[in-house]
Amino acid sequence: MKNFRYVIIMFALATLFSCNNSSEKNTDTTETAKVKKGEGEAIPEMSIYNLPSNWTTQNGEEIELKSLQGKVVVMVMIYTTCKAACPRLVADMRNIEKQIPDEKKDDVQYVFVSIDPETDTPEKLKAFAKENEMEDDKWLFLRGTLGDTREFAAVLAVNYKQISPMDFSHSNIISVFDQNGEMAHQQEGLGVDNKETVQAIIDLAE
Amino acid sequence: MKIYSTALFLLLSLFCEVTAQNDKMVLVKGGVYLPLYGAEDKVVKIEPFKMDVLPVSNSDYLKFVQENPQWKKSNIKRLFADESYLTKWKNDETFIGLPNAPVTTVSWFAAKKYCECQGKRLPTMDEWEFAAMANEDVPDAREIETYNQYILGWYETPKTYNNPIGETFKNYWGIYDLHGLVWEWTLDFNSVLISGESRKDVDKDSNLFCGSAAIGASDLMNYAAFMRYAFRGSMKARYSSQNLGFRCAKDVEN
Repeated sequence: MKNFRYVIIMFALATLFSCNNSSEKNTDTTETAKVKKGEGEAIPEMSIYNLPSNWTTQNGEEIELKSLQGKVVVMVMIYTTCKAACPRLVADMRNIEKQIPDEKKDDVQYVFVSIDPETDTPEKLKAFAKENEMEDDKWLFLRGTLGDTREFAAVLAVNYKQISPMDFSHSNIISVFDQNGEMAHQQEGLGVDNKETVQAIIDLAE
Repeated sequence: MKIYSTALFLLLSLFCEVTAQNDKMVLVKGGVYLPLYGAEDKVVKIEPFKMDVLPVSNSDYLKFVQENPQWKKSNIKRLFADESYLTKWKNDETFIGLPNAPVTTVSWFAAKKYCECQGKRLPTMDEWEFAAMANEDVPDAREIETYNQYILGWYETPKTYNNPIGETFKNYWGIYDLHGLVWEWTLDFNSVLISGESRKDVDKDSNLFCGSAAIGASDLMNYAAFMRYAFRGSMKARYSSQNLGFRCAKDVEN
């Protein structure tokens, strides 16, 4: 069993780093095989699910971004040791979630991506989730490699920079993605009116 | 960790078409420097690294897209490059201009992938800035008038991106074209947190940037560097630009 897992990990790595076409093709077939029913449609060009990165959740599970496919995803980048903007971003996320009608709540996934993966271990993320009473499945906390995090921020147009061992400067942006991972809306700034963001989610969610 | 990186390396060599191109690298001995836009008065330590002597050329890049067709102009996913990607190319395999002119109009994703396929990576912004402080003779020429005049003179010269690589000066480290040819992508270009057009308006958008008050130009006189940071700050990873190319870097193996 352990060996099998090792093979899978190696394969995932191979997928990650494959450049040439032939290996890409191989990857495609295996990936389609893994995709769940109803999610088999081709991924649009602008979808974040084109990113091959792997992430670890607050529960220590390894996931691909693609596993979020099929839900409306509301995403924000934070770091758990942040004292200034992040609590407000967390509050903004909670505030958005509250305004989504009950019948649509199940179709929305809220994702916090750490910009400080070296500090934000799954345990830290878990504690952060607990502290903020976000232990429900609809709240997902992710941590990736430094490189994947940088790349993901580039996709979201989130700029960030470490300014001391404990602190980062970062743009405060909440992004909404549709069920196929295409960006539908972005809200920039802290404590801004989130009416449009909420509307975007409601329009997308089923 | 070591096993992990060895595994990565093996995989990289297995799955990328690694063709030795214009890939001569030199060692840049690390050191400390005070970046223009760093944390307040904080020097940054640069570990030793290797950097390509030359930027990636048109013919280098052609070889890359031939070997990795998903990065061809007509195949690239829009997530990774907008419409301006390889805009000057007549078709998937025909560039305009000199074979040894620097490749430009490539997105950050494409530049990053190119370097990964060579078993390299993009230089970090600090590495790039550190290497680029050098003139012909000294590693840090930022206070030397001719050095700054050269850069500012270049900013005023149109269309240098059409020139061949390797014809500007060879700097202290043995690297060409960090100034005088094209601007270059860096791995963490998106760590620039300046906005607007003024040099001092970092506070203006305090809603957008948390902790922005902590970021100030360490040396506002450094106009040449300011231009580079401002340009980086204006870019997005899928954008391309006619005067923006790239080169690769690498960690020093122990």
